Amino acid sequence: MSALDISLSVNGEAVTERVEPRQTLVDFLREDLGLTGSHVGCEHGVCGACTVHVNGEIVRGCLMLAVQCDGATVETIEGLSDSGEIADLQLAFEQRNALQCGYCTPGMLAAAQDLLKRAKETKIVPSRDDIREHLSGNYCRCTGYQAIVDAVESVAQARAENKW
Amino acid sequence: MKPAPFAYKKARSLEEAVALLGEHKDARLLAGGQSLIATLNMRLSAPSLLIDINGVGGLGGVAHKNGKVELGALVRHAEAERSELIAKYAPLIARAMPHIGHTAIRNRGTLGGSIAFADPAAELPACLLALDGEIDATGSKSKRTIRAQDFFKGLFETALGSQDVLTAIRVPAASKDTRTGFAELARRHGDYAIVGLAASARADGKKLSDVRLAFFGVGATPMRARKAEAALANGNIDAAVAALDLEPQDDVQATAKVKKHLAGVLLRRVAAQLMEAR
Repeated sequence: MSALDISLSVNGEAVTERVEPRQTLVDFLREDLGLTGSHVGCEHGVCGACTVHVNGEIVRGCLMLAVQCDGATVETIEGLSDSGEIADLQLAFEQRNALQCGYCTPGMLAAAQDLLKRAKETKIVPSRDDIREHLSGNYCRCTGYQAIVDAVESVAQARAENKW
Repeated sequence: MKPAPFAYKKARSLEEAVALLGEHKDARLLAGGQSLIATLNMRLSAPSLLIDINGVGGLGGVAHKNGKVELGALVRHAEAERSELIAKYAPLIARAMPHIGHTAIRNRGTLGGSIAFADPAAELPACLLALDGEIDATGSKSKRTIRAQDFFKGLFETALGSQDVLTAIRVPAASKDTRTGFAELARRHGDYAIVGLAASARADGKKLSDVRLAFFGVGATPMRARKAEAALANGNIDAAVAALDLEPQDDVQATAKVKKHLAGVLLRRVAAQLMEAR
C-alpha cells in the first residue's frame, strides 16, 4: 500500500518522514525515529505502556496511526525527560521504588504528568482515588501500584506547596 | 500484532466519505479508532482502505435545540465529559462518561464511533436506548433518522447500511422531573462492563413514570427489562429485581447465573439513583 509523507513536531523538533498507513504511532516513534522510551505492550489499548502526548493530551500510541499525526505535536518520554519537567516525578519514582522492571514506567510518568498538568490548571491537589483512577489505564505487573500512587501523591503535594 | 496492510485516505467532506464507501466495499471509516485500530492490530479485521473522517466538517459540536440535545458523531468522550451542556441536559450521558475506557482512550474515542461499533458491553448504546434517542445517518441517496430501539440489530450489527455514515445522535433534553441512573460492574475501572445498567425515568409526585431500564453486557445488544420497568414504576424495588426478564449467556467474564445476580445488584443501585430528589 502506498506510503504517505507526514510532517510533525516530535519533542520540539520538526520531522518529515514517509510512513506506511498501517504503521502505528508508537512503532513510528520507536522504529523510524529511534525513540524507544515509549514501550509496546499489548498493542490493543489495554496496558498503557505506549502512552504519549499528542497535541497536549495523552493517547495510546498503539491506537493511533502515524499517518494521523500529520501536523501534530507529539511529546514522548524522551522529551518530557530532557526538558526537566518531570524530574521531580522521576526522582520520586526512584526514591519510593515505584518501578521494578521499568517497562510500564514511561507510560506511567506520561499519564501522571498529564494528571498533574490538569491539577495545576484547577489548583486542586488530586486525591489518591483521583490518582488511581487516572492511572487505571496503565498496567504495572511489578509494584502493586501502592508505591506509584505514593510517588505521584508526594509530587502533587510538593508542587502544590511550591505554587505549582 | 501488527495490522495487515491497508490504504489510507482522509475524506474532506461527508459526500466524499460516502462515495469512497461506495467505491470500496470493504473500506472502514476511521473516527477515534479506539476499537477499530485494536481490531486491526489483532487482525480481527483487514479492510483494504481506511477512510479517515476526522477532518470532515459538520460532524462535531454539542447543541441544545428544540427540546433535544444533539451530539455530533465526532464529539470525543473527553469533550462530552467536560461539557456543561451535557451535564445539564443529558445527565445520563454525563454519568456514563467516566466509566468509558481511560483518559487516554476518552481523548480519542468518539460518541459516533461507540454507537456505530455497537459493542454489546458498551455504555453509550445502552444510554441511547434508555433515553429513547435517535441516530442520524447519511447514505448515498438520502439522509435518515433511526430510533435507538430500531438501530441495534444484533452482535456488532446496526441498522447502518454499507454506505451510511453516522453523523449525529440526539436525545431528549432533560427537564427538572427527569431522573437518570447509571451503574456498571467491571474487573478494572474503565474496562468493558461485565454487566451495566443505564436508566431514565420521569418523577411523578413520589412515583416514577416512563421508566426505561437498558442493560448492557447481558445479550447481543443493549436490552430493555420491561417487566422490571413496570414493577419499578409501582415503587417496588424487590418486585422489580424479581421480575428482571433478562437471559444473559455465559461469557469469558462471568456465567449467566452470576450476570443475572449482578443485574439485580445494579438495579437496586440504579433504582436508588432514580428515586433521589433533585
